[in-house]
Amino acid sequence: MSLKAPPELIVFQQMADVPYNWSLGREGSLFLIALRDEKKFLGIKCPSCGKVYVPPRKVCGPCFTANSQWVEVGDEGVVTAFSVVNYRFTDPATGLPREVPYTFAFVRLDGADTKLCHKLAETDPARLKVGMRVKAVFAEQRTGNIEKDVIHFRAVQA
Amino acid sequence: MAQRVAVVGFGQTHHKSNRGDVTGIELINEAVRRALEDAELGPGDIDAVVIGNMDHFENINLADMWGVEGTGGYLKPVMKLTTGGTTGTTVAIAGYYHVASSLFDVVLAVGWEKNSESDTTGGTITAFDPVWERFSFPGALPGLALDAVVYMQKYGVTEKDGARVAVRDRANAARNPYAHLRDPITVDDVLRSPMLSYPIKLLDICPRSDGAAALILAGEEKARKICRQPAWIWSVSVCHNYTYTSDVNFGYLDTLEQACRETYKKAGIKDPGKEIDVIEMYQPCSFAGLSWLEAMGFCGPGEAPGLLWDGATDAGGDLPVNPSGGVLNANPIGATGTIRVGEVARQIQGRAGACQVPEVKTGLATGFGGCYWSDVLLLGNRPR
Repeated sequence: MSLKAPPELIVFQQMADVPYNWSLGREGSLFLIALRDEKKFLGIKCPSCGKVYVPPRKVCGPCFTANSQWVEVGDEGVVTAFSVVNYRFTDPATGLPREVPYTFAFVRLDGADTKLCHKLAETDPARLKVGMRVKAVFAEQRTGNIEKDVIHFRAVQA
Repeated sequence: MAQRVAVVGFGQTHHKSNRGDVTGIELINEAVRRALEDAELGPGDIDAVVIGNMDHFENINLADMWGVEGTGGYLKPVMKLTTGGTTGTTVAIAGYYHVASSLFDVVLAVGWEKNSESDTTGGTITAFDPVWERFSFPGALPGLALDAVVYMQKYGVTEKDGARVAVRDRANAARNPYAHLRDPITVDDVLRSPMLSYPIKLLDICPRSDGAAALILAGEEKARKICRQPAWIWSVSVCHNYTYTSDVNFGYLDTLEQACRETYKKAGIKDPGKEIDVIEMYQPCSFAGLSWLEAMGFCGPGEAPGLLWDGATDAGGDLPVNPSGGVLNANPIGATGTIRVGEVARQIQGRAGACQVPEVKTGLATGFGGCYWSDVLLLGNRPR
Protein backbone atom coordinates (compact mmCIF):
# COMPACT_ATOMS: atom_id res chain seq x y z
CA MET A 1 0.00 0.00 0.00
CA SER A 2 1.26 3.45 -0.86
CA LEU A 3 1.86 5.60 2.21
CA LYS A 4 1.27 8.81 0.25
CA ALA A 5 -2.34 8.85 -0.89
CA PRO A 6 -5.05 6.98 1.05
CA PRO A 7 -7.67 5.45 -1.27
CA GLU A 8 -10.33 7.06 0.94
CA LEU A 9 -10.47 9.54 3.86
CA ILE A 10 -12.00 8.05 6.98
CA VAL A 11 -14.31 10.05 9.26
CA PHE A 12 -15.15 8.85 12.77
CA GLN A 13 -18.79 9.54 13.60
CA GLN A 14 -20.38 9.82 17.03
CA MET A 15 -24.01 10.63 17.75
CA ALA A 16 -23.66 12.38 21.10
CA ASP A 17 -26.32 11.82 23.73
CA VAL A 18 -25.31 13.66 26.89
CA PRO A 19 -28.22 14.46 29.25
CA TYR A 20 -28.21 17.74 31.19
CA ASN A 21 -30.28 19.12 34.10
CA TRP A 22 -30.45 22.91 34.22
CA SER A 23 -31.67 24.69 37.36
CA LEU A 24 -34.22 27.49 37.01
CA GLY A 25 -33.49 29.02 40.42
CA ARG A 26 -36.13 30.66 42.62
CA GLU A 27 -37.13 33.46 40.23
CA GLY A 28 -37.34 31.21 37.18
CA SER A 29 -39.37 28.66 39.14
CA LEU A 30 -41.87 31.27 40.39
CA PHE A 31 -42.33 32.57 36.84
CA LEU A 32 -42.97 29.12 35.37
CA ILE A 33 -45.33 28.11 38.19
CA ALA A 34 -47.48 31.24 37.58
CA LEU A 35 -47.46 30.48 33.85
CA ARG A 36 -48.36 26.83 34.40
CA ASP A 37 -51.03 27.26 37.09
CA GLU A 38 -52.58 30.66 36.27
CA LYS A 39 -51.59 31.41 32.64
CA LYS A 40 -49.94 34.59 33.96
CA PHE A 41 -46.66 36.21 32.94
CA LEU A 42 -44.67 37.69 35.81
CA GLY A 43 -41.91 40.25 35.51
CA ILE A 44 -39.33 41.38 38.03
CA LYS A 45 -38.34 45.02 38.46
CA CYS A 46 -34.87 46.49 39.01
CA PRO A 47 -35.03 48.83 42.04
CA SER A 48 -32.31 50.98 40.51
CA CYS A 49 -33.26 51.60 36.83
CA GLY A 50 -36.89 50.41 37.02
CA LYS A 51 -36.50 48.00 34.13
CA VAL A 52 -39.04 45.13 34.20
CA TYR A 53 -37.45 41.83 33.19
CA VAL A 54 -39.42 39.04 31.49
CA PRO A 55 -38.35 36.29 31.92
CA PRO A 56 -37.28 37.28 35.42
CA ARG A 57 -33.74 37.18 36.65
CA LYS A 58 -32.16 37.89 39.97
CA VAL A 59 -29.69 40.53 38.86
CA CYS A 60 -30.03 43.56 36.57
CA GLY A 61 -26.85 43.26 34.47
CA PRO A 62 -26.25 46.95 33.69
CA CYS A 63 -27.02 48.12 37.30
CA PHE A 64 -25.61 44.98 38.98
CA THR A 65 -28.30 45.24 41.67
CA ALA A 66 -30.65 42.53 42.92
CA ASN A 67 -34.14 42.62 41.41
CA SER A 68 -36.83 42.23 44.04
CA GLN A 69 -40.28 43.53 43.09
CA TRP A 70 -42.62 41.22 41.16
CA VAL A 71 -45.13 42.71 38.71
CA GLU A 72 -47.70 41.00 36.51
CA VAL A 73 -47.34 41.77 32.80
CA GLY A 74 -49.79 41.14 29.95
CA ASP A 75 -50.12 38.05 27.78
CA GLU A 76 -50.20 40.41 24.78
CA GLY A 77 -47.33 42.44 23.45
CA VAL A 78 -45.41 43.80 20.48
CA VAL A 79 -43.08 42.00 18.06
CA THR A 80 -39.73 43.80 18.17
CA ALA A 81 -37.88 41.57 15.67
CA PHE A 82 -38.59 38.39 13.72
CA SER A 83 -37.29 36.02 11.09
CA VAL A 84 -38.90 33.08 9.29
CA VAL A 85 -36.55 30.10 9.51
CA ASN A 86 -36.54 28.03 6.32
CA TYR A 87 -33.37 25.97 6.54
CA ARG A 88 -32.88 22.68 8.33
CA PHE A 89 -30.49 22.18 11.20
CA THR A 90 -29.91 19.82 14.11
CA ASP A 91 -31.65 20.79 17.32
CA PRO A 92 -29.04 20.26 20.05
CA ALA A 93 -31.83 19.45 22.55
CA THR A 94 -32.94 16.38 20.60
CA GLY A 95 -30.18 15.59 18.11
CA LEU A 96 -32.93 15.61 15.44
CA PRO A 97 -33.69 18.19 12.73
CA ARG A 98 -35.83 21.05 14.06
CA GLU A 99 -39.10 21.41 12.18
CA VAL A 100 -39.16 24.28 9.66
CA PRO A 101 -40.49 26.68 8.63
CA TYR A 102 -41.16 28.49 11.88
CA THR A 103 -41.05 32.13 12.89
CA PHE A 104 -38.56 33.07 15.54
CA ALA A 105 -39.38 36.37 17.26
CA PHE A 106 -38.82 38.63 20.21
CA VAL A 107 -42.01 39.83 21.91
CA ARG A 108 -42.15 42.69 24.39
CA LEU A 109 -45.13 41.89 26.61
CA ASP A 110 -47.24 44.83 27.80
CA GLY A 111 -45.65 46.15 30.97
CA ALA A 112 -42.25 44.54 30.33
CA ASP A 113 -39.08 46.29 29.22
CA THR A 114 -37.19 43.24 27.95
CA LYS A 115 -38.28 40.86 25.25
CA LEU A 116 -39.33 37.24 25.42
CA CYS A 117 -37.68 34.91 22.92
CA HIS A 118 -40.43 32.77 21.34
CA LYS A 119 -42.25 31.73 18.15
CA LEU A 120 -45.04 33.28 16.08
CA ALA A 121 -47.89 31.33 14.45
CA GLU A 122 -47.56 33.26 11.15
CA THR A 123 -44.80 32.07 8.76
CA ASP A 124 -45.44 34.37 5.76
CA PRO A 125 -42.94 37.29 5.94
CA ALA A 126 -45.42 39.47 3.98
CA ARG A 127 -47.85 39.24 6.92
CA LEU A 128 -45.27 40.01 9.58
CA LYS A 129 -44.09 43.40 10.75
CA VAL A 130 -41.92 44.81 13.50
CA GLY A 131 -44.38 46.53 15.84
CA MET A 132 -47.32 44.16 15.22
CA ARG A 133 -49.37 43.15 18.27
CA VAL A 134 -49.50 39.50 19.30
CA LYS A 135 -51.05 37.38 22.05
CA ALA A 136 -49.83 34.21 23.75
CA VAL A 137 -51.55 30.94 22.86
CA PHE A 138 -51.42 28.65 25.90
CA ALA A 139 -51.31 24.85 25.85
CA GLU A 140 -54.20 22.98 27.52
CA GLN A 141 -51.80 20.82 29.54
CA ARG A 142 -49.01 22.88 31.07
CA THR A 143 -45.92 21.53 32.81
CA GLY A 144 -43.80 24.58 33.69
CA ASN A 145 -41.94 24.79 30.38
CA ILE A 146 -41.70 28.07 28.44
CA GLU A 147 -41.46 26.26 25.09
CA LYS A 148 -44.46 24.00 25.54
CA ASP A 149 -46.80 25.92 27.90
CA VAL A 150 -46.91 28.80 25.41
CA ILE A 151 -47.38 27.18 21.99
CA HIS A 152 -46.63 30.43 20.15
CA PHE A 153 -47.87 34.02 19.81
CA ARG A 154 -50.53 34.88 17.24
CA ALA A 155 -51.43 38.20 15.64
CA VAL A 156 -54.08 40.34 17.38
CA GLN A 157 -56.45 42.06 14.95
CA ALA A 158 -56.35 45.83 15.53
CA MET B 1 6.70 48.16 32.13
CA ALA B 2 4.36 48.42 29.19
CA GLN B 3 5.69 48.15 25.65
CA ARG B 4 4.37 48.76 22.14
CA VAL B 5 3.28 45.67 20.20
CA ALA B 6 3.33 44.78 16.51
CA VAL B 7 2.16 41.95 14.27
CA VAL B 8 5.36 40.52 12.79
CA GLY B 9 4.07 37.29 11.27
CA PHE B 10 0.84 35.92 9.84
CA GLY B 11 -0.13 32.59 8.35
CA GLN B 12 -3.43 31.08 7.24
CA THR B 13 -4.63 27.90 5.57
CA HIS B 14 -6.36 27.80 2.20
CA HIS B 15 -9.91 27.78 3.60
CA LYS B 16 -12.33 25.18 2.27
CA SER B 17 -15.70 23.67 3.08
CA ASN B 18 -14.10 20.40 4.19
CA ARG B 19 -10.50 19.55 4.97
CA GLY B 20 -11.05 15.83 5.48
CA ASP B 21 -7.40 15.32 4.57
CA VAL B 22 -6.20 16.70 7.93
CA THR B 23 -7.14 16.51 11.60
CA GLY B 24 -7.78 19.73 13.53
CA ILE B 25 -4.28 19.51 15.01
CA GLU B 26 -2.74 19.25 11.55
CA LEU B 27 -4.84 22.16 10.33
CA ILE B 28 -3.56 24.31 13.21
CA ASN B 29 -0.02 23.24 12.36
CA GLU B 30 -0.36 24.41 8.74
CA ALA B 31 -1.23 27.94 9.83
CA VAL B 32 1.40 28.05 12.59
CA ARG B 33 4.16 26.90 10.20
CA ARG B 34 3.15 29.57 7.69
CA ALA B 35 3.21 32.27 10.41
CA LEU B 36 6.64 31.14 11.64
CA GLU B 37 7.99 31.08 8.06
CA ASP B 38 6.53 34.53 7.48
CA ALA B 39 8.39 35.92 10.51
CA GLU B 40 11.47 33.74 9.84
CA LEU B 41 11.24 32.34 13.37
CA GLY B 42 11.27 28.85 14.85
CA PRO B 43 9.11 27.40 17.64
CA GLY B 44 11.96 28.10 20.09
CA ASP B 45 11.49 31.85 19.53
CA ILE B 46 7.91 31.78 20.84
CA ASP B 47 7.48 32.69 24.53
CA ALA B 48 3.78 31.86 24.92
CA VAL B 49 0.78 30.61 22.92
CA VAL B 50 -2.85 31.75 22.95
CA ILE B 51 -5.28 29.48 21.12
CA GLY B 52 -9.03 29.44 20.59
CA ASN B 53 -11.92 27.81 18.75
CA MET B 54 -15.66 27.47 19.25
CA ASP B 55 -15.27 24.38 21.40
CA HIS B 56 -18.90 23.32 20.98
CA PHE B 57 -18.40 23.02 17.20
CA GLU B 58 -15.81 20.23 17.28
CA ASN B 59 -16.57 19.08 20.83
CA ILE B 60 -12.85 19.62 21.48
CA ASN B 61 -12.96 21.38 24.83
CA LEU B 62 -9.27 21.69 25.67
CA ALA B 63 -7.73 22.97 22.46
CA ASP B 64 -4.73 24.24 24.46
CA MET B 65 -3.81 20.69 25.51
CA TRP B 66 -5.04 18.87 22.41
CA GLY B 67 -3.44 21.32 19.97
CA VAL B 68 0.13 21.33 21.35
CA GLU B 69 1.57 19.32 18.48
CA GLY B 70 0.00 21.80 16.10
CA THR B 71 1.05 24.98 17.88
CA GLY B 72 4.52 23.96 19.04
CA GLY B 73 3.47 24.88 22.57
CA TYR B 74 5.28 21.92 24.18
CA LEU B 75 6.51 22.98 27.67
CA LYS B 76 5.42 26.58 27.06
CA PRO B 77 2.66 28.66 28.68
CA VAL B 78 -0.41 27.93 26.55
CA MET B 79 -3.74 29.61 27.21
CA LYS B 80 -7.06 28.68 25.63
CA LEU B 81 -9.70 31.37 25.12
CA THR B 82 -13.11 31.05 23.59
CA THR B 83 -15.60 33.89 23.24
CA GLY B 84 -17.85 32.73 20.43
CA GLY B 85 -17.52 34.51 17.10
CA THR B 86 -15.02 36.93 18.60
CA THR B 87 -12.65 34.07 19.51
CA GLY B 88 -10.31 34.95 16.63
CA THR B 89 -9.96 38.56 17.72
CA THR B 90 -9.88 37.56 21.39
CA VAL B 91 -6.74 35.45 20.84
CA ALA B 92 -5.13 38.39 18.99
CA ILE B 93 -6.10 40.83 21.76
CA ALA B 94 -4.93 38.44 24.51
CA GLY B 95 -1.63 38.05 22.64
CA TYR B 96 -1.41 41.83 22.55
CA TYR B 97 -2.06 42.02 26.32
CA HIS B 98 0.66 39.38 26.94
CA VAL B 99 3.27 41.35 25.01
CA ALA B 100 2.12 44.84 26.01
CA SER B 101 2.55 43.82 29.66
CA SER B 102 6.26 43.11 28.92
CA LEU B 103 5.90 39.73 30.62
CA PHE B 104 6.37 38.11 27.19
CA ASP B 105 8.20 39.37 24.09
CA VAL B 106 7.02 37.06 21.30
CA VAL B 107 3.57 35.46 21.42
CA LEU B 108 1.79 33.16 18.98
CA ALA B 109 -1.99 33.66 18.69
CA VAL B 110 -3.94 30.92 16.93
CA GLY B 111 -7.58 30.66 15.89
CA TRP B 112 -8.97 27.57 14.17
CA GLU B 113 -12.18 25.77 13.26
CA LYS B 114 -13.26 22.62 11.50
CA ASN B 115 -16.86 23.56 10.83
CA SER B 116 -17.26 20.44 8.70
CA GLU B 117 -17.12 18.30 11.84
CA SER B 118 -20.55 19.22 13.24
CA ASP B 119 -23.80 21.06 12.59
CA THR B 120 -22.67 24.67 13.09
CA THR B 121 -26.18 25.93 13.83
CA GLY B 122 -26.80 23.16 16.37
CA GLY B 123 -23.49 24.02 18.03
CA THR B 124 -24.20 27.75 18.02
CA ILE B 125 -27.54 27.23 19.76
CA THR B 126 -25.73 25.68 22.74
CA ALA B 127 -24.09 29.07 23.40
CA PHE B 128 -27.48 30.47 24.44
CA ASP B 129 -29.66 30.03 27.50
CA PRO B 130 -30.77 26.39 27.70
CA VAL B 131 -34.17 27.13 29.24
CA TRP B 132 -35.37 30.46 27.89
CA GLU B 133 -33.83 30.72 24.44
CA ARG B 134 -32.57 27.53 22.82
CA PHE B 135 -35.99 26.13 21.86
CA SER B 136 -36.78 29.07 19.59
CA PHE B 137 -33.37 30.59 18.86
CA PRO B 138 -32.24 29.17 15.53
CA GLY B 139 -28.53 30.00 15.59
CA ALA B 140 -26.52 32.83 14.15
CA LEU B 141 -28.27 33.18 10.82
CA PRO B 142 -31.80 34.20 11.89
CA GLY B 143 -30.28 36.32 14.67
CA LEU B 144 -28.58 38.33 11.94
CA ALA B 145 -31.81 38.28 9.96
CA LEU B 146 -33.62 39.99 12.87
CA ASP B 147 -30.95 42.67 12.92
CA ALA B 148 -31.38 43.19 9.17
CA VAL B 149 -35.21 43.29 9.33
CA VAL B 150 -35.22 46.05 11.93
CA TYR B 151 -32.56 48.08 10.08
CA MET B 152 -34.26 47.69 6.68
CA GLN B 153 -37.67 48.68 7.99
CA LYS B 154 -36.25 51.73 9.78
CA TYR B 155 -34.34 53.22 6.81
CA GLY B 156 -36.07 51.72 3.75
CA VAL B 157 -33.01 49.60 2.97
CA THR B 158 -33.67 46.85 0.40
CA GLU B 159 -32.55 43.29 -0.29
CA LYS B 160 -30.77 44.71 -3.35
CA ASP B 161 -28.60 46.91 -1.08
CA GLY B 162 -27.53 43.81 0.84
CA ALA B 163 -26.84 41.99 -2.41
CA ARG B 164 -24.47 44.75 -3.54
CA VAL B 165 -22.34 44.13 -0.39
CA ALA B 166 -22.10 40.40 -1.22
CA VAL B 167 -21.12 41.20 -4.82
CA ARG B 168 -18.35 43.54 -3.66
CA ASP B 169 -16.91 41.03 -1.23
CA ARG B 170 -16.98 38.19 -3.76
CA ALA B 171 -15.20 40.36 -6.35
CA ASN B 172 -12.48 40.92 -3.74
CA ALA B 173 -12.34 37.23 -2.79
CA ALA B 174 -11.69 36.34 -6.42
CA ARG B 175 -8.27 37.96 -5.93
CA ASN B 176 -7.53 36.14 -2.65
CA PRO B 177 -6.00 32.65 -3.05
CA TYR B 178 -6.88 31.77 0.58
CA ALA B 179 -10.62 32.52 0.25
CA HIS B 180 -13.09 29.64 0.34
CA LEU B 181 -15.55 31.13 -2.24
CA ARG B 182 -13.99 32.89 -5.24
CA ASP B 183 -16.37 32.76 -8.22
CA PRO B 184 -17.72 36.25 -9.02
CA ILE B 185 -21.47 36.81 -8.50
CA THR B 186 -24.02 39.45 -9.56
CA VAL B 187 -26.76 41.28 -7.65
CA ASP B 188 -29.30 39.08 -9.49
CA ASP B 189 -27.47 35.91 -8.39
CA VAL B 190 -27.79 37.03 -4.77
CA LEU B 191 -31.45 38.01 -5.09
CA ARG B 192 -32.29 34.68 -6.77
CA SER B 193 -30.39 32.49 -4.28
CA PRO B 194 -32.53 30.38 -1.91
CA MET B 195 -34.20 32.26 0.97
CA LEU B 196 -32.77 30.83 4.19
CA SER B 197 -34.23 33.16 6.78
CA TYR B 198 -35.94 36.31 5.56
CA PRO B 199 -34.28 38.59 4.36
CA ILE B 200 -31.08 36.51 4.29
CA LYS B 201 -30.53 34.36 1.23
CA LEU B 202 -27.78 31.83 0.58
CA LEU B 203 -25.44 34.38 -1.02
CA ASP B 204 -26.05 36.98 1.74
CA ILE B 205 -24.53 34.78 4.45
CA CYS B 206 -21.04 33.53 5.33
CA PRO B 207 -20.11 29.93 4.57
CA ARG B 208 -18.94 27.31 7.07
CA SER B 209 -15.24 26.78 6.45
CA ASP B 210 -12.43 24.60 7.72
CA GLY B 211 -9.36 26.71 8.38
CA ALA B 212 -6.83 28.12 10.81
CA ALA B 213 -4.87 31.35 11.17
CA ALA B 214 -1.91 32.35 13.31
CA LEU B 215 -0.41 35.70 14.25
CA ILE B 216 3.00 36.38 15.76
CA LEU B 217 3.03 39.43 18.02
CA ALA B 218 6.26 41.00 19.27
CA GLY B 219 7.35 43.80 21.58
CA GLU B 220 8.87 46.97 20.15
CA GLU B 221 12.56 46.00 20.23
CA LYS B 222 12.03 42.44 18.96
CA ALA B 223 9.55 43.58 16.33
CA ARG B 224 12.10 45.85 14.64
CA LYS B 225 14.64 42.99 14.56
CA ILE B 226 12.18 40.40 13.22
CA CYS B 227 10.39 42.48 10.64
CA ARG B 228 11.22 45.28 8.18
CA GLN B 229 7.70 46.72 8.37
CA PRO B 230 5.90 45.62 11.53
CA ALA B 231 2.14 46.32 11.67
CA TRP B 232 1.83 48.20 14.96
CA ILE B 233 -1.23 47.72 17.14
CA TRP B 234 -2.33 51.21 18.16
CA SER B 235 -5.30 50.40 20.31
CA VAL B 236 -7.83 47.66 21.04
CA SER B 237 -11.27 47.61 22.65
CA VAL B 238 -13.61 44.86 23.72
CA CYS B 239 -17.28 45.48 24.44
CA HIS B 240 -19.62 42.77 25.67
CA ASN B 241 -23.26 43.27 26.56
CA TYR B 242 -25.96 40.87 27.73
CA THR B 243 -26.62 37.28 28.67
CA TYR B 244 -29.84 37.02 26.68
CA THR B 245 -30.27 37.69 22.95
CA SER B 246 -33.71 39.02 23.74
CA ASP B 247 -32.08 41.98 25.56
CA VAL B 248 -30.10 43.05 22.49
CA ASN B 249 -30.98 46.27 20.70
CA PHE B 250 -31.54 44.75 17.25
CA GLY B 251 -31.04 46.98 14.22
CA TYR B 252 -28.04 48.80 15.68
CA LEU B 253 -24.87 47.17 17.00
CA ASP B 254 -24.22 49.41 19.99
CA THR B 255 -21.30 47.26 21.21
CA LEU B 256 -19.47 47.99 17.95
CA GLU B 257 -20.22 51.69 18.25
CA GLN B 258 -18.81 51.80 21.78
CA ALA B 259 -15.75 49.64 21.00
CA CYS B 260 -14.91 51.83 17.97
CA ARG B 261 -15.43 55.05 19.89
CA GLU B 262 -13.05 53.82 22.61
CA THR B 263 -10.48 52.57 20.11
CA TYR B 264 -10.45 55.85 18.16
CA LYS B 265 -10.13 57.84 21.37
CA LYS B 266 -7.19 55.78 22.64
CA ALA B 267 -5.36 56.29 19.32
CA GLY B 268 -6.33 59.97 18.90
CA ILE B 269 -8.48 59.33 15.79
CA LYS B 270 -10.96 62.18 15.32
CA ASP B 271 -12.34 61.55 11.84
CA PRO B 272 -12.27 57.78 11.20
CA GLY B 273 -13.50 58.15 7.60
CA LYS B 274 -10.45 60.26 6.74
CA GLU B 275 -7.86 58.73 9.05
CA ILE B 276 -8.51 55.00 8.50
CA ASP B 277 -7.37 53.59 5.15
CA VAL B 278 -8.76 50.05 5.15
CA ILE B 279 -11.32 47.99 7.09
CA GLU B 280 -11.49 44.23 7.53
CA MET B 281 -14.73 43.74 9.41
CA TYR B 282 -16.27 40.61 10.88
CA GLN B 283 -19.28 40.86 8.60
CA PRO B 284 -21.18 37.59 8.86
CA CYS B 285 -23.99 38.64 6.51
CA SER B 286 -24.31 41.21 3.73
CA PHE B 287 -26.68 43.51 5.66
CA ALA B 288 -24.20 43.81 8.53
CA GLY B 289 -21.90 45.47 5.98
CA LEU B 290 -24.35 48.40 5.97
CA SER B 291 -25.67 49.08 9.47
CA TRP B 292 -22.39 48.16 11.17
CA LEU B 293 -20.46 50.64 9.01
CA GLU B 294 -22.76 53.25 10.53
CA ALA B 295 -22.07 51.96 14.05
CA MET B 296 -18.34 52.26 13.28
CA GLY B 297 -18.77 55.98 12.63
CA PHE B 298 -17.98 55.98 8.90
CA CYS B 299 -21.34 57.55 8.01
CA GLY B 300 -24.61 58.57 9.63
CA PRO B 301 -27.63 56.33 10.35
CA GLY B 302 -29.20 55.01 7.13
CA GLU B 303 -26.38 56.42 4.97
CA ALA B 304 -24.37 53.23 4.36
CA PRO B 305 -26.26 52.17 1.19
CA GLY B 306 -25.26 55.51 -0.37
CA LEU B 307 -21.57 54.90 0.37
CA LEU B 308 -21.88 51.38 -0.99
CA TRP B 309 -23.52 52.26 -4.34
CA ASP B 310 -21.07 55.16 -4.82
CA GLY B 311 -18.30 52.55 -4.77
CA ALA B 312 -16.58 54.12 -1.75
CA THR B 313 -16.24 50.73 -0.02
CA ASP B 314 -14.96 48.89 -3.12
CA ALA B 315 -11.28 47.92 -3.29
CA GLY B 316 -10.59 51.01 -5.43
CA GLY B 317 -12.73 53.37 -3.30
CA ASP B 318 -11.91 55.86 -0.56
CA LEU B 319 -12.90 53.48 2.23
CA PRO B 320 -12.08 49.93 1.11
CA VAL B 321 -13.97 47.35 3.15
CA ASN B 322 -12.93 43.68 3.19
CA PRO B 323 -10.37 43.73 0.35
CA SER B 324 -9.64 40.07 1.21
CA GLY B 325 -13.22 39.14 0.37
CA GLY B 326 -14.04 39.01 4.05
CA VAL B 327 -16.14 36.68 6.14
CA LEU B 328 -18.78 36.13 3.43
CA ASN B 329 -16.15 34.21 1.48
CA ALA B 330 -14.16 32.39 4.18
CA ASN B 331 -15.44 31.66 7.66
CA PRO B 332 -13.47 29.17 9.77
CA ILE B 333 -15.20 30.75 12.76
CA GLY B 334 -12.55 30.56 15.53
CA ALA B 335 -10.00 31.83 12.98
CA THR B 336 -12.25 34.41 11.29
CA GLY B 337 -11.29 37.29 13.62
CA THR B 338 -7.61 36.30 13.53
CA ILE B 339 -7.74 36.53 9.73
CA ARG B 340 -9.18 40.07 9.94
CA VAL B 341 -6.18 41.19 12.01
CA GLY B 342 -3.72 39.34 9.75
CA GLU B 343 -5.23 40.83 6.59
CA VAL B 344 -5.04 44.37 8.00
CA ALA B 345 -1.40 43.71 8.99
CA ARG B 346 -0.65 42.52 5.44
CA GLN B 347 -2.27 45.68 3.99
CA ILE B 348 -0.16 47.88 6.28
CA GLN B 349 2.98 45.96 5.33
CA GLY B 350 2.13 46.41 1.63
CA ARG B 351 2.19 42.63 1.26
CA ALA B 352 -1.46 41.84 0.51
CA GLY B 353 -0.66 40.74 -3.06
CA ALA B 354 -3.56 41.07 -5.51
CA CYS B 355 -5.78 42.25 -2.60
CA GLN B 356 -3.51 45.21 -1.79
CA VAL B 357 -5.23 48.62 -1.71
CA PRO B 358 -3.11 51.75 -2.19
CA GLU B 359 -1.43 53.78 0.55
CA VAL B 360 -2.46 51.99 3.73
CA LYS B 361 -1.11 53.66 6.84
CA THR B 362 -3.88 52.63 9.23
CA GLY B 363 -6.39 49.81 9.24
CA LEU B 364 -9.25 48.61 11.39
CA ALA B 365 -10.04 44.96 12.18
CA THR B 366 -13.23 43.95 13.98
CA GLY B 367 -14.61 40.85 15.65
CA PHE B 368 -18.26 39.97 16.26
CA GLY B 369 -19.80 37.22 18.31
CA GLY B 370 -21.62 35.94 21.32
CA CYS B 371 -24.59 37.96 22.28
CA TYR B 372 -23.92 40.72 19.74
CA TRP B 373 -20.64 41.85 21.19
CA SER B 374 -17.67 43.43 19.47
CA ASP B 375 -13.87 43.52 19.43
CA VAL B 376 -11.92 46.22 17.59
CA LEU B 377 -8.19 46.53 16.79
CA LEU B 378 -6.63 49.57 15.14
CA LEU B 379 -3.27 49.05 13.45
CA GLY B 380 -0.79 51.47 11.89
CA ASN B 381 2.48 51.56 9.95
CA ARG B 382 4.49 53.20 12.73
CA PRO B 383 4.55 52.87 16.51
CA ARG B 384 2.11 55.07 18.39
